Amino acid sequence: MIEVRGLTKRYGDKVAVNDLSFGVEPGKVTGFLGPNGAGKTTTMRLILGLDYPNAGEVTVDGKRYANLAYPMREVGALLDAKAVHGGRSAYNHLLCLAQTNNLPKKRVGEVLELVGLSEVARKRSKGFSLGMSQRLGIAGTLLGDPQVLMFDEPVNGLDPEGILWIRNLMKALAAEGRTVFVSSHLMSEMENTADHLIVIGKGKLIADCTMAEFIARSSGAAVRVRTPSADQLVLALAAKGGTATADSDGTLLVHGMSVDAVGDIAFEEGIRLHELSVLRASLEEAFMELTADSVEYHAGVPGATAKIGSGV
Amino acid sequence: MATTTVAPDVQLSKLPAATGQAGLVGALRSEFTKLRSVRSTYWTILALFIVSVGVAAIAGFGIASNIHNGPWNAAGTDATQASLIAFFEIGQLIIAVLGALVITSEYSTGMIRTSLTAMPRRGTVYAAKLIVFTTVTLIVSLITSFISFFVGQAAMSGSGVNASLFHSITIPQDVNMSPGPQNGPPHYTFIGHILISPGTVLTAIIGCALFVTAAALISFALGSIIRHTAGAITAAIGLLFVVPIILRVALPESWRWDVVRFFPDSAGQVLSGTVNNNNPHLWSAWPQFGVTLIYAAVFLVVGAYLFRKRDA
Repeated sequence: MIEVRGLTKRYGDKVAVNDLSFGVEPGKVTGFLGPNGAGKTTTMRLILGLDYPNAGEVTVDGKRYANLAYPMREVGALLDAKAVHGGRSAYNHLLCLAQTNNLPKKRVGEVLELVGLSEVARKRSKGFSLGMSQRLGIAGTLLGDPQVLMFDEPVNGLDPEGILWIRNLMKALAAEGRTVFVSSHLMSEMENTADHLIVIGKGKLIADCTMAEFIARSSGAAVRVRTPSADQLVLALAAKGGTATADSDGTLLVHGMSVDAVGDIAFEEGIRLHELSVLRASLEEAFMELTADSVEYHAGVPGATAKIGSGV
Repeated sequence: MATTTVAPDVQLSKLPAATGQAGLVGALRSEFTKLRSVRSTYWTILALFIVSVGVAAIAGFGIASNIHNGPWNAAGTDATQASLIAFFEIGQLIIAVLGALVITSEYSTGMIRTSLTAMPRRGTVYAAKLIVFTTVTLIVSLITSFISFFVGQAAMSGSGVNASLFHSITIPQDVNMSPGPQNGPPHYTFIGHILISPGTVLTAIIGCALFVTAAALISFALGSIIRHTAGAITAAIGLLFVVPIILRVALPESWRWDVVRFFPDSAGQVLSGTVNNNNPHLWSAWPQFGVTLIYAAVFLVVGAYLFRKRDA
């Protein structure tokens, strides 16, 4: 459980994080979204105590990060995969991290094997590709078997293969009941992985809601349904407050409802579905509209989610 | 890297139950791993050794040959200092590079963020770095100092001035010269003599090692203050070498030494001296070394304060 309360950080005149409050719940993937420069990395640095806030506080499991007994056993964080001494071998890099938290030496070999770097364990990390560096960084986060994992833009600059690997890893970690807090500036990155979303812009909180809520309340977002019983479904959806419009090729576009809700209604009504999906483009657009002019949305925490529905 | 999924067959071993908290012992192990796992450590130590011992040998042969050609040159020759001068004048600059790198390389590579995420208690990290670097530097300095002495004296053997750790030697204090016969050697008479005991020699050898270690700590501390490799090395070499030399040349004789004795590198000259009237202008060996230690202590305290207070 990560709790951020009233966090403010200024670098000179620039306010990077502005009175930010949110919580990251255990046992799910929380996506931390915002355009470049929104303050995501700064927030993560503040959580880890790398930077000191001008106001507010952050706790992990009720404690300041610096007061955790064995930080690596509780939080595994990867902010920058290239933040390693390139002259040091992968093995020695992980060893010097493990030693700080009195973790057994054999964990080093194990996590290297887990991320597929065993063969280059004795090579200096200077020559590693970004994908390999990313794996090395992730190996480091897993050394202490932590319940909380934090990744800052983990797929930035990776090839499709690397992106897939990271996505699967995050899902696997969350499936084991761990808390995964992952930042991105792309909605599409979060769509398939995140259960919960925290959206910030210009250092302020814009939205703190579940993925389903975000989809349902983004006016631009639509659910695409293909069914042989279109008329029956339109009526059923209308009864529950959704609006559906028929496309020329017979597919329905449902607004004002999450994909889960549409599926549930169809199931309850015994309606056969041939396709049920979120309209990707409109979701990305909704996110971009939401963050395009962040200043409009400085409503603060409680009203933030309500604004999404009415404001866009 | 061909694997695209999290290796499901890799089983991480269970971590032993955690007791206490991550502290100094783990941090010391980690810092030792860091120091021994990068090449720059070996290169700088090798350079220190080769320069110190190499120049000691050259100086030894030079003095021996000088005395062979003109026996009167033996008067007042400080053989011990001659073997140590490269070590404490040039060696201090080489080890200063390592001292700065130990801390600035963490910043130039970004490793500091990874280090402080693994171990966020910064006072402990700083102390561990300091203890490991001081210990390694002291051991290396002692070995280099002794070997420089032995090699230098071996090169001077038979010259009558070569000092020993096992028995006292006597050298002529001064010489009175008068012109000899035409084209012949001059007449000379030695005046007085100086007894150099093994204790004096041992003090000089160990004193030089302590001095070089203290100089390295000044550079380490400057590294933690400046956090930039080139900047820290420039500052260290400026303070330890360039500025004192400029002052010795530029300042008027009448008050030159009143300034120079307040510089940290002046101690090397008096610590290494085994012939009494070595430099009447400076304080005696240990008070002069006190100046070096005060510099080191003040910079280390400022460095520690900034290491804890600044954003990483």
